[in-house]
Amino acid sequence: MDLAFTPAEEAFRAECRAWFKANPPGELASMDTPEGFEQHRAWEKHLHDGGWSAVNWPRAFGGRDATLLEWLIFEEEYYAAGSPRRLNQNGLFLLAPTLLEYGTEEQKQRYLPAIAACDEIWCQGWSEPNAGSDLASLTSRAIRDGDEWVLNGQKTWASRGVYADWMFGLFRSDPASERHKGLSYILVPLDAPGVTVRPIAQLDGEPGFAEIFLDDVRVPVANTLGAEGDGWKIAMSTAGFERGVVLRSPGRYTATAGRLVQLFKDRGEPPALRSEVARAWMDADAYRLATFWAVSKLLDGGTIGAEASLNKLWWSEMDLRMHETAMRLLGDDATLEGAWLDGFVFSLAGPIYAGTNEIQRNIVAERVLGLPRS
Amino acid sequence: MRFQPTPDQMLFARTVRELLEKECPPEAARAGFSHQRWTKLKEMGVIDMLASGMSEIDLVPILEEAGRAALPEPLIEAAMIAGGALDGIVTAAVGARYAAHADVADAIVLEHANALYSVPRDKATLHRIETIDSPRPLFKITWDYESGTSLEADTNLALRRATLGASAELLGLASRCIEMAADYAKERHQFGKPIGSFQAVKHRLADALLQLEFARPVVYRAAWSLVQDEATKERDVSMAKAMTGDAAAGAAKAALQTLGAIGYTQEHDLHIWMKRIWALNAAWGNPDRHRARVATAVLS
Repeated sequence: MDLAFTPAEEAFRAECRAWFKANPPGELASMDTPEGFEQHRAWEKHLHDGGWSAVNWPRAFGGRDATLLEWLIFEEEYYAAGSPRRLNQNGLFLLAPTLLEYGTEEQKQRYLPAIAACDEIWCQGWSEPNAGSDLASLTSRAIRDGDEWVLNGQKTWASRGVYADWMFGLFRSDPASERHKGLSYILVPLDAPGVTVRPIAQLDGEPGFAEIFLDDVRVPVANTLGAEGDGWKIAMSTAGFERGVVLRSPGRYTATAGRLVQLFKDRGEPPALRSEVARAWMDADAYRLATFWAVSKLLDGGTIGAEASLNKLWWSEMDLRMHETAMRLLGDDATLEGAWLDGFVFSLAGPIYAGTNEIQRNIVAERVLGLPRS
Repeated sequence: MRFQPTPDQMLFARTVRELLEKECPPEAARAGFSHQRWTKLKEMGVIDMLASGMSEIDLVPILEEAGRAALPEPLIEAAMIAGGALDGIVTAAVGARYAAHADVADAIVLEHANALYSVPRDKATLHRIETIDSPRPLFKITWDYESGTSLEADTNLALRRATLGASAELLGLASRCIEMAADYAKERHQFGKPIGSFQAVKHRLADALLQLEFARPVVYRAAWSLVQDEATKERDVSMAKAMTGDAAAGAAKAALQTLGAIGYTQEHDLHIWMKRIWALNAAWGNPDRHRARVATAVLS
């Protein structure tokens, strides 16, 4: 067992830190406003120019071949510097790992560099009005017509769908199929004829969600990711990344815990909240340790299965609890517009997106503890 | 960075698990101290690990196995506090008010003026304390330090090792509680279905597992900090005890609720594990005390 970083990893950290010190992100408006969107895109471009937008990807696609551990170090430095959430996180953290695993060489060349450069923004097209936690009941169809798919249906709760250029969606491509079978994972350009994107205002009033209507939308069959009919398997690998280490690195929570400790001090260290603040710090530190634990297991040739669901439960509920503690520390100022309030509102979504926590608890109980399915 | 136990550490832990499955089945865990089992643990080298050059990290998976088996013997006291340096059956009251199994011990390690002494049992007066964890009886010790032999040992280190040891045992105790509950939930039928198919049961046990799985790396990090003599070792050990204590108490409670009335009896084995969790939670500083220490380290 060795918990120390190598000199090379420490050098990598120093390089990250120096770059963020020389290139501070500054305060940006909400990424769900037109103004904030452009500010975030400019920040992403700047990151990309510095070579920091997708450090763990191959160089050929815009990364810098960093190891998984270096990526974790990068994330710690990224959030410690006060940097914003990633504008293209669906592309970076959900689609890209799936593309790297299942995509053809041509697809990787076509899509990955544009994600790294933030030239193309992606949204997720999975949920439907009647298919949320029960995703396998989705009814949006893909009917084959020669070299093209003809897509029909409605997707919803697509984060940043209003600003997105592309959607990675799940469609029923075999009309005779049911549930998890006969689904295909298809990449859809949102400027295609027949696509209608309608914004939905989130809790903060900004159009953070979109619903996306597909009316005889034609896309090439070449836009299928993986084999036709394999969509569920491929989607679940995305879900694994999402819930596992990649979407929510510990860096952002250790940074939040650090800011919470500062807020506690700034607010006169109220004794009633001392234990809660200490717990927040411990929870974030435990998440960091658990991530190094899991990554070490991966590096030793192990795999991460249903443990990804435990991770999702931990980070989402920790994030919410930390922000609730911040609200309590803020007292009368809790509901004033600001970074803590934005963070609180966003943290409320954590137990809902990426598979609700009820579903995650079912997965843990069934796949780790071996309890029978309902 | 390789934050996983080594294959050797896991192999030794498996060997200890096999020994304890044979030598410490639940009925033996109920019965309390066994001289035969103590001898086997001694022969296997478990008690003398630190004295024979192994580290606190090596001991974590072993103590986790001891917890899984609800091992009654004073392993934390002999292996961690005394560091395996004393012969015979060894217990201690260091950083804890009472000494477990003092009635069968050859030597009791005690603290006076921040120094550790080994005292032969017949030179000390034992007062038996009635405790709910009956396989691990506790004694208050009256003694005169002049009757003891100074151990020339670092009292604070012994205390940190004991706290780490209790944290590791709590992991194993919690893990076994969750397993017992999951096994029961698969077998027990109500409304024509196994109760484990109900989400109310599933979610409670998933929560217990969540707290346990996130506490385990914290315990190993505490061991690492002790071995490396890190500046944060005090904080890291306290964090381990706070998190394992809460996780284990939660696991016991979830298991009891899953088992229902049978869990509230001595006919099922759960109570052995649950009571040991309560006992180890209270000893060497309960979670509140350790969380307060973490708070002091982090917030000032």
